[in-house]
Amino acid sequence: MKTLKKITLVAGLVAASQIQAAGRDYISVVGSSTVYPFSTVVAERFGKSTSFKTPKIESTGTGGGMKLFCKGNGVDTPDITNASRRIKESELTMCHDNGVDGVVEVLIGYDGIVVANEISSHDFKLSRKDLFLALAKEVPTEKDGELVPNPYTMWNEVNAELPAVKIEVLGPPPTSGTRDAFVELAMEGGCKKFPWIKATKDSDKSQYKTICHSIREDGAYVEAGENDNLIIQKLQKNPDALGIFGFSFLDQNADLVKGSLVDGAAPEFETIASGEYPVSRPLYFYVKKAHVAEIPGMKEFLAEFTSEKAMGEEGYLTDKGLIPLGGELYNKVKTDTMELNNLEL
Amino acid sequence: MNNTLNNTDLVKKSLRKRYFKERLFRSLGLVSIATAIIFLLILLADITSKALPAFSQTQLELTVELDRDRLGLSAQPDEAELMAADFRLVIRDALLAQFPEVTSRRDKRELYTLTSMGAEFQLRDMVIDDLSLLGQTITVPFMADDDVDAVIKGSIDRTLPESDRRVKDQKLAWIETLEASGQIDTAFNWHFFSSGDSREPEMAGIKGAILGSFYTLLVTLALSFPIAVAAAIYLEEFAPKNRFIDFIEININNLAAVPSIVFGLLGLAVFINFFTLPRSAPLVGGIVLSLMTLPTIIIASRSAIKAVPPSLREAALGLGASKMQTVFHHVLPAALPGILTGTIIGMAQALGETAPLLMIGMVAFIVDIPQSVADPATVLPIQVFLWADSPERGFLEKTSAAIMVLLFFLVAMNAIAIYLRKKFEKKW
Repeated sequence: MKTLKKITLVAGLVAASQIQAAGRDYISVVGSSTVYPFSTVVAERFGKSTSFKTPKIESTGTGGGMKLFCKGNGVDTPDITNASRRIKESELTMCHDNGVDGVVEVLIGYDGIVVANEISSHDFKLSRKDLFLALAKEVPTEKDGELVPNPYTMWNEVNAELPAVKIEVLGPPPTSGTRDAFVELAMEGGCKKFPWIKATKDSDKSQYKTICHSIREDGAYVEAGENDNLIIQKLQKNPDALGIFGFSFLDQNADLVKGSLVDGAAPEFETIASGEYPVSRPLYFYVKKAHVAEIPGMKEFLAEFTSEKAMGEEGYLTDKGLIPLGGELYNKVKTDTMELNNLEL
Repeated sequence: MNNTLNNTDLVKKSLRKRYFKERLFRSLGLVSIATAIIFLLILLADITSKALPAFSQTQLELTVELDRDRLGLSAQPDEAELMAADFRLVIRDALLAQFPEVTSRRDKRELYTLTSMGAEFQLRDMVIDDLSLLGQTITVPFMADDDVDAVIKGSIDRTLPESDRRVKDQKLAWIETLEASGQIDTAFNWHFFSSGDSREPEMAGIKGAILGSFYTLLVTLALSFPIAVAAAIYLEEFAPKNRFIDFIEININNLAAVPSIVFGLLGLAVFINFFTLPRSAPLVGGIVLSLMTLPTIIIASRSAIKAVPPSLREAALGLGASKMQTVFHHVLPAALPGILTGTIIGMAQALGETAPLLMIGMVAFIVDIPQSVADPATVLPIQVFLWADSPERGFLEKTSAAIMVLLFFLVAMNAIAIYLRKKFEKKW
């Protein structure tokens, strides 16, 4: 009996004594899982080298982050949201409707999406058109305006110059930002090469999207989950398969997998930075202006993130696989951020 | 007469078949147990072999000159000044002094990556602890970078051709020079148990997650134990037998089968959005997990109370004890071992749970060690998830090591449950 009372009492007391009044002395960041690896590195250095607490960074996905961010101006809402695409007009309107007026946009750099396979396997020289034809749900025939369910099973049927290997691509599921970006940049890029499809963009936008954005579901494209490490492990076991993931994972595993050429450009640091490699996307974060004065360390955190030693061309974020901005653009982003210039779409 | 003989014959005939069936059943049982054990052993062996490298840490011994001028420090620097000082400079000087042939900017950058990003903070903390070090020349075992660590531990194969290797020839040569001069050694990785999460594999530690799990379980225990035991006592000892009570009983059993993610959604909607409790805090995590463990503890407590023989109650009542006294003086102490076992098993379940915590923001990068239940924190299974998702290869071993720590706590908790049961169990 006594034991019972003691357990209850002690646990209750300890828990109760620890609950403190709300109010936040650390920065709260939410958003994209693609920006997460970069954001966390800055946060850790910021926490270690200043007297401020280390910011808390949640990986909620771009869309989920926007929702939390735009919920209001209170300290219970996040100060910063990361995004692997630009904020949508609808999201900015949602922000304004909830009283979040001052939003500062910071473009931090670029991320490439690579199509890779096992290191000793075939070399793939792909074009965006090949990727579209191999992975689309329906592909155009020689006759304009006609679509058939994707008949291709081998890469050399798509393009005679490609190796005679079964089409098997491991990639992220539809919930992933990487998938969104791949579909928009690679698939749509290849899709647009057909003049009649390109014409439908103006006449029937929803049909254009259905043609260009639908990925086949007959087993040639395998949804391998959000974990990019898992895709790399599967590629090692299956040398004939190709995998789709972010450039930083290729960079870290360059001894296990190799990236395929897309439209003649290899997925390398320089080609992505110059825009020569076509499948790359910008990465952003958005700052709530109302919180800059309220949360301790915000201004210093922004300074650290946009500093030359972090975001610059030889900054530590580049060691983690971020493709930096060029000189002039970098300077503009830096001044816009430090002057807290409002975002206008 | 004839009939009996026939029966005996029949039995004798079928006997062989019956024995065979029994033997078959036994061997099938043995095979299934053996399969289970083999799978368990494979799992444990796999995790342990992957985790072992994480418990040692490669160190790089360098002789640094803590020169006040080089560090830009005044004669009597205060802590703020030391925090702001750039200790990288002296570490870089030490590396350059060791390899004077490195001159180009690119090579220098490469050379500086031999030590971990944490090395400068390691040195800074040493100086803050002991100001007399300033002005001296000291030899410090610095934490090595994860690539160096991987080479020393053999997870990067040195014999591979350069193009296939993460660590290039130039860097490998530096590492081998340092190795030859005895400046590289490995030590037990205390850091892993004494620090929070990090984005650098060599600096990442598990302490933040252990404390996060601790605070979360504390809240869970403080809420679910009293409520569950009270509910169980009421239902077993005091509740009238009617349809309403039957309905409640059925629902408690159903609650035990509800997928845990549902509780997470509930926690998000009620505790965070409505009561505006802080996101990512063990407080909310604990409340959500206590919802999940309540039915487990209630069901275990009820069967423990039910197992107390009625003669005990009757004797107490017969000697003039009230119903309340009977329950609290006699029934509950006798049922306590069973109740505690149920509670610990419920807690162990809560320790391994991730799904409901995903919804309330505990999947987050948190470096600072949580100090209270309201601080942002993450828990052990989520730390495993986060590390498994990191691009750096060094996290592979950390992931397995975190799994081992989690398994250790689970086994320990179950062992305590068994011990309590054995110690306090009474035979009636």
